[in-house]
Amino acid sequence: MTMTDRPVDNGVNVEALLGAREALTAAPEAAQFTWRASCTWRTGTHSQSTVAGFTGLGTEQQHRSTYEFDVDHPECFASEDNGATPVEYVLVGLAGCLTAGVASVAQLRGIQLRSVTAAIEGQMDILGILGADPDVRNGFEAITVRFTIDADASREDLEALLAQSQKRSAVFDIVANPTKVLVELA
Amino acid sequence: MKATAVVVGAGHAGLAMSRRLTERSIDHVVLERGEVANSWRTQRWPSLRLLTPNWQTRLPGLDYAGNDPGGFMPVADVVATLSCYASFISAPVRTATRIHALRAVSQGFEIQANDDLVCTRAVVLATGACILPAIPGIAAAVPPSIKTLTPLSYRDPGQLPDGGVLVVGASATGVQLASEIHQAGRTVTLAVGEHVRLPRTYRGRDIFWWMEATGLLAERYDEVDDLTRARHLPSPQLTGRPDAAITDLNSLTAQGIRIVGRLGRVIDGVAQFSGSLANTCALADLKMNRFLNRADEWATAAGLDDQLPPPHRFEPTRVDPRSPLELDLAKGEITTVLWATGFRPDHSWLDIPVRDRTGHIRHDGGIVTGAPGLYILGLPVLRTRASTYIHGAGADSEALAGHLHSFLSKR
Repeated sequence: MTMTDRPVDNGVNVEALLGAREALTAAPEAAQFTWRASCTWRTGTHSQSTVAGFTGLGTEQQHRSTYEFDVDHPECFASEDNGATPVEYVLVGLAGCLTAGVASVAQLRGIQLRSVTAAIEGQMDILGILGADPDVRNGFEAITVRFTIDADASREDLEALLAQSQKRSAVFDIVANPTKVLVELA
Repeated sequence: MKATAVVVGAGHAGLAMSRRLTERSIDHVVLERGEVANSWRTQRWPSLRLLTPNWQTRLPGLDYAGNDPGGFMPVADVVATLSCYASFISAPVRTATRIHALRAVSQGFEIQANDDLVCTRAVVLATGACILPAIPGIAAAVPPSIKTLTPLSYRDPGQLPDGGVLVVGASATGVQLASEIHQAGRTVTLAVGEHVRLPRTYRGRDIFWWMEATGLLAERYDEVDDLTRARHLPSPQLTGRPDAAITDLNSLTAQGIRIVGRLGRVIDGVAQFSGSLANTCALADLKMNRFLNRADEWATAAGLDDQLPPPHRFEPTRVDPRSPLELDLAKGEITTVLWATGFRPDHSWLDIPVRDRTGHIRHDGGIVTGAPGLYILGLPVLRTRASTYIHGAGADSEALAGHLHSFLSKR
């Protein structure tokens, strides 16, 4: 490891995050966010979801553009495979959340990242969703995420980075802890 | 009745403050709902011992003088020590005096205590941080067939119905009670959320020796990185048992206690635990090792490496990958749930708008914000990390009494 004069830059604006923490602690109502997606059935198991707006900082917010996601199931499920499966989107969400956390915490701790990749796997016994075995749950039995990180830091520092990124991850919390879910007819 | 200052609560903090006021010749009275050391007398389980070693259990003008400086005081001795201290400093304590209201008036404060109205210019709240059990809302969903206890109502394993016990929370209280109940022959499951792992001793010295020597306990509230976090940190997984038993999760697992994740919710009688147990344990191991690194660096810098056993590290917390995510409370395996989920103060009688949106009193190192003449003492990390422990009241009371004194002189 060599020390350089160049400041650590992982492309994360830590000052803005710390400023937001301070400002939102003083004005907690602005910290109330509502995240939204809408979904339209196409045919079979294929649906399209869009993400455009959300509510936060006391007002309606817009993404820079509308994002669209095709959701389907693979051909071995007798589907057309027009997109990733819903459970794969969960993995995408978890990997994206943890990775954003890794970059942010690294920036905060002065760790320059060169590359970060994550391989994420969810193990599932599909006898659960098929209703074939009442003792098998529908969801993942377990999820494993394996990060490969190239950075100016010791292995211990990187382990601490991963631990902190899990601790502050929204999706990790959503996946690991119970959440109240209400599904109803409009 | 009139007094220049009123201290509410005759525990270690209130008595320390009384001593400081006496030193400054400030006429005052200490109002106490029960007797001196009331929480210790009435709200603590009998086998509890202080987490801090005897040599550290010092109050202004009184150092530990017994013959077991490395031991840990049982509750009964804490009560005796505080009672002696109250006499020693001639604290003007009015026992059996319950406060019904505390209001700000133009001349200072008005306190409705029993049938008396006490007028005063300054008030120090020293009623304690551990008065009410902090029980999460999910407790309401526990089936009524299950007996529920808190550390305030727990006495010993004999009061529990036959059957398994779920202890919720793995701070000092949770690990001690899980261990005690397990040793009484019960099947114990311990739900573990964020926790603080520390060894009782390291390199031949008590961990509190290290915390004091390295300067950790002296860290000021306005210097710690994250004050909110520091003030809400669970107590370390330690016990003051005379055998200096290890109460980390590995030792509890080895004894046969089942470790599960944080209790997330109870739905249809089924307790659901967090899948984040491995990370919670990894965070605690990392944090412990950061402190041990700091201790080793300090020892080297202080030239003590020759006098101390060599540095070493403890086995990382073992997490059973098969630890259950669910437990059906209605099936009869569990008959008792013990909420070791923390404590909170009780300031329900305070009629002054000084609370933040979460109900905590806003203060700057014990000087209550927006209520000149009002002080609070005896809370975790009030002015330093030592504030959490008995001996921290010495420096805290000195600083706040100094402030109170100049406040009185300015008027």
